[in-house]
Amino acid sequence: MTGSALPIAGRSRPAIDAPDTNEPTAPMVRLDHLDALWFQVAGTICNLRCTHCFISCAPENHSFWFLSLDDVLGCLEESKRWGVKEYYVTGGEPFMHVDLPRMLEAMLELGPATVLTNGTLLPDRALRPIAEASERSPYSLELRVSIDGPSPELNDPVRGEGTFDRAMDGVRRLLDYGFLPIITATQVWDPDRDEEVRRAFVRRLQALGYSNPRLKVLPSLRIGREIARDRGYTAEERITEEMMCGFDTGQLLCSSSRIVTSRGVHVCPILIDAPESRLGDSIGDAERPFELSHQACYTCWLYGAICSNYGVIGQDVT
Amino acid sequence: MSPERTAAGVRLAFFGGVYSNHLALEAALTDARARGAQDLYCLGDMGAFGPHPDRVFPLLIDAGVRVIRGNYDDSIARGLDDCQCGYTDPRDNHFARLSYRYTYRNTDERWREWMASLPDRERLEVNGWRLLLCHGSPRRMNEFLWESTTSTQFLDYLAAEHETDVILGTHTGLHWERALTGGGRFVNVGALGRPANDGRTEVWYTMLTLSEPAGPRKRARQEERAGQEERAGPEERAEPGAGLEVEFIPVAYDHERLASEMREEELPEEFVETILTGWWTTCLEVLPAKERQRGKL
Repeated sequence: MTGSALPIAGRSRPAIDAPDTNEPTAPMVRLDHLDALWFQVAGTICNLRCTHCFISCAPENHSFWFLSLDDVLGCLEESKRWGVKEYYVTGGEPFMHVDLPRMLEAMLELGPATVLTNGTLLPDRALRPIAEASERSPYSLELRVSIDGPSPELNDPVRGEGTFDRAMDGVRRLLDYGFLPIITATQVWDPDRDEEVRRAFVRRLQALGYSNPRLKVLPSLRIGREIARDRGYTAEERITEEMMCGFDTGQLLCSSSRIVTSRGVHVCPILIDAPESRLGDSIGDAERPFELSHQACYTCWLYGAICSNYGVIGQDVT
Repeated sequence: MSPERTAAGVRLAFFGGVYSNHLALEAALTDARARGAQDLYCLGDMGAFGPHPDRVFPLLIDAGVRVIRGNYDDSIARGLDDCQCGYTDPRDNHFARLSYRYTYRNTDERWREWMASLPDRERLEVNGWRLLLCHGSPRRMNEFLWESTTSTQFLDYLAAEHETDVILGTHTGLHWERALTGGGRFVNVGALGRPANDGRTEVWYTMLTLSEPAGPRKRARQEERAGQEERAGPEERAEPGAGLEVEFIPVAYDHERLASEMREEELPEEFVETILTGWWTTCLEVLPAKERQRGKL
């Protein structure tokens, strides 16, 4: 992992403005309410090495380490007084964490939870207690499985040889346990093919026994490894004050979420490699506003709600 | 507007999500009056989905229903491009657009103006209980508060932030309630426009009975007066939430006639199927796992 690969070039301080002031020129977004608390339980450690990964996760990427069960339980306790609405779990690959079931059990006592997984590591010893905890809870447990195309030909060049079949097998196992996973695909294909890809996804998942599959298509984030796979952001792709006129900041994750990592509490799951994304040691520290100076913020501005469970890229059926 | 205090309890009826189902609305109004509802409230989304949207408004007005504006009403009133439900699934969008265009085309200008004049929330105080009526949530008209994706601690926050004991909303189309930590309540009053994705053809509304003694606010005032816990009277020792009764009421109506009207208006057969079977066929994207598992599709 190389955090240095991340562009911080979007900081919009015009040279003609008095450079001796510390006035931010990029728009600031305040935390309206902590609706979603994320946990990067597996750090940047993943069994895969996807070529578009915006935080360059890999087996040997130890930039961010596993969260301990006690870390998570402590934050959950603190989250009560913040009135957190829901919890999200990500990594790296969360199923690499041996305490994932206990973490989810604790979360589901307080509220709904969502796990973002690559679907290739779903042992019975983890799925059984998780399914039981989900059954006991009044809250939904969502499993989001990343698959970047409806075929090995589209998916495997991005996620690794054999990962399509392994992830689809993971989807089948989740269905067996009674889950209704949300398939999350990064748009690594030509946007003109959206409808064709979507239909192919549905057919493939239905063939697996998933009669009404849930599908979420995401834009790629042009940081981390994605810069080499496709491209980084251009100088123009950044948020300016003018772009925020009439814009509903509620569409941006930073207005309603924070993420707990092994290095502290950060503004969002996308920017953790950027030094300015670390807002403090505790949830309380991380309450402060965030400056939309990173170029990846541009993608959130364009699409909104990238990291939440529903929607993002849709094309009308005519 | 605040109903009178009575020791016996005030009965209030709450409707939501009428979705142009004038037949179900008519049946619910009759039913609520027969059950002793003193006042009636509609929490918005009068149009969408069903036939002849203009038939709903005179029913509400003639029955003296207090109405607040939902996201659908807001869109129709302002002539926006869509219903502000935020769907991105292509199939959901397709049906949402059909429904929206039909509703917009068949809503008279005077009713659009009327909807534009409606408040987006209302506060009541009844027998010591503070009630906040909204469409989606107190903070956002189109926020989906599903039972399985809304933590109690979040509802506690909303109630405290908006200084209320009871929050009443609709928007999701599924009725549910949750006791809040301090003795208050969140109530999704359900929808009259389409069934609750449960295989039944009835639709649902809510009857609230608010009795003395006791809303949480009244207890708090008494505690202030008492000064010390040991001086607390019998009302302070009441169970949290005592004095507030929530009843979800199924309404049978002539759903076959509604289906006929929908077909005459050439509304999608998928909508008709929902009315006739009780299972949702569209707008499923936003349904969370637990609610989805209970449904057929």
